[in-house]
Amino acid sequence: IKDLKYADSHEWVKVDGNSATIGITDHAQDHLGDVVYVELPEVGVTVKQDASFGAVESVKATSDVNSPVSGKVVEVNEELSSSPALVNSSPYEDGWIIKVEMDNAGELKKLMDADQYTKFCEEEDSKH
Amino acid sequence: MRGGSLWQLGQSITRRLALADKKTIARRHFASDAENLKKTALHDFHVANGGKMVPFAGWSMPIQYKDSIMESTLNCRQNGSLFDVSHMCGLSLKGKDCVPFLEKLVIADVAGLAPGTGTLTVFTNENGGSIDDSVITKVKDDHIYLVVNAGCRDKDLAHIEAHMKSFTAKGGDVSWHIHDERSLLALQGPLAAPVLQHLTKDDLSKLYFGEFRILDINGVSCFLTRTGYTGEDGFEISVPSERAVDLAKAILEKSEGKVRLTGLGARDSLRLEAGLCLYGNDMEQHVTPVEAGLTWAIGKRRRAEGGFLGAEKILKQLDEGPPVRRVGFFAGGPPARSHSKVHDEQGNPIGEITSGGFSPCLKKNIAMGYVKSGLHKAGTKVKIEVRGKAYDGNITKMPFVPTKYYKPS
Repeated sequence: IKDLKYADSHEWVKVDGNSATIGITDHAQDHLGDVVYVELPEVGVTVKQDASFGAVESVKATSDVNSPVSGKVVEVNEELSSSPALVNSSPYEDGWIIKVEMDNAGELKKLMDADQYTKFCEEEDSKH
Repeated sequence: MRGGSLWQLGQSITRRLALADKKTIARRHFASDAENLKKTALHDFHVANGGKMVPFAGWSMPIQYKDSIMESTLNCRQNGSLFDVSHMCGLSLKGKDCVPFLEKLVIADVAGLAPGTGTLTVFTNENGGSIDDSVITKVKDDHIYLVVNAGCRDKDLAHIEAHMKSFTAKGGDVSWHIHDERSLLALQGPLAAPVLQHLTKDDLSKLYFGEFRILDINGVSCFLTRTGYTGEDGFEISVPSERAVDLAKAILEKSEGKVRLTGLGARDSLRLEAGLCLYGNDMEQHVTPVEAGLTWAIGKRRRAEGGFLGAEKILKQLDEGPPVRRVGFFAGGPPARSHSKVHDEQGNPIGEITSGGFSPCLKKNIAMGYVKSGLHKAGTKVKIEVRGKAYDGNITKMPFVPTKYYKPS
């Protein structure tokens, strides 16, 4: 969790060489509530930084999920079709959503690190 | 995830790809300014107990507490739930003509209700459409107690008041009292009766579904109705507001923690599983009680005599059949939400979803909506469009989860 990078739309990304694994944060899943459905993209589609690639749906609301990086989707977490609640129980591990082959690692500079993200959440929560 | 969307927790509005349905948003009456929201007598109690407060129909209400909406829903059916429904509007109609007065405005056979019994009814408009649904109770021949939806309060009170003015101008004897001095708690689930019995000397085993009594609960005079919005056995308790928190605490303590404070999120899941309409979604100004599947609520004598607003259209529908009917659906894929289009297997449009979600008890998607009459039989295969894609579904009977209303055997 400390080595992950974070977007201000509450997605995390784990980088391994040129490969990026993406999911939503614990803060996000907590606010969303029980996830009942995850809309996954198809393998092979292009994603762009800050653009939506799918959705996570809870008992009360549906939310777009944005990609923190641009690239090509090389894998999607099929487990989420039968067990969408993995997003709640294991947002950083078993609840991963897609894996992307990045086309520009430089984009990672725009993201927050763990401390910046924690602070960002605190500021956002205090506004409401 | 959009940061802003995390905070729209009070709304079960689906993000729609192309159609921004402003009508739905306007109908929900959300106050944009948190400081203008009304608070019930239990507001601070909710917050102290972990309630996540959201705007709902102009009130600050708990959507959930520390447990999730799913856990809360399951707990209601396994043990019990305590809801603060004080946002709804309770009122009393009094006077020797209150029964004929009300009969002009609702489809129920009010005259035929035995004292101390009530029923679900619909306030109709001149076109036979629904102004609101309501549980009305005849306390005595000169006193009717009724509860209407929070979101319809202003509309309903204006409607009743206008009719009261013309009725009294012609010499009719009716007046009203709006119970803003009282709070309403709903206690639902298998433990509702055993827990409440600890707090009253009256024998609750003799109070059946739909019945009403004024009695002492926890040492305070309350209006008690054996009714609810979950499909479970339970009660709605109208208590003077200054004693509402005490009563809530007493109920929770007597249940030894098994009955939990439950919010509006679970309330919506429960009523959907029970096949009950939510006004604003499944019933609206243009929907008649016949279309909504509430023909049973139109008193037999009323079907013969009419005498309520919109009777002409409603009686015609009873005679010829309504053009659309409310039905239940099961569907795969993501939960179908309000305004999702329903097609037959060939892709022809046949109807629309008006409410939907994931059923915590059945662990599958459930929905209700309207389809063209003739195509409404249970088992009919359909396609439901969610966010631009069509998913397989089928029409089914409601309730989705069997009800447990306490009725004499």
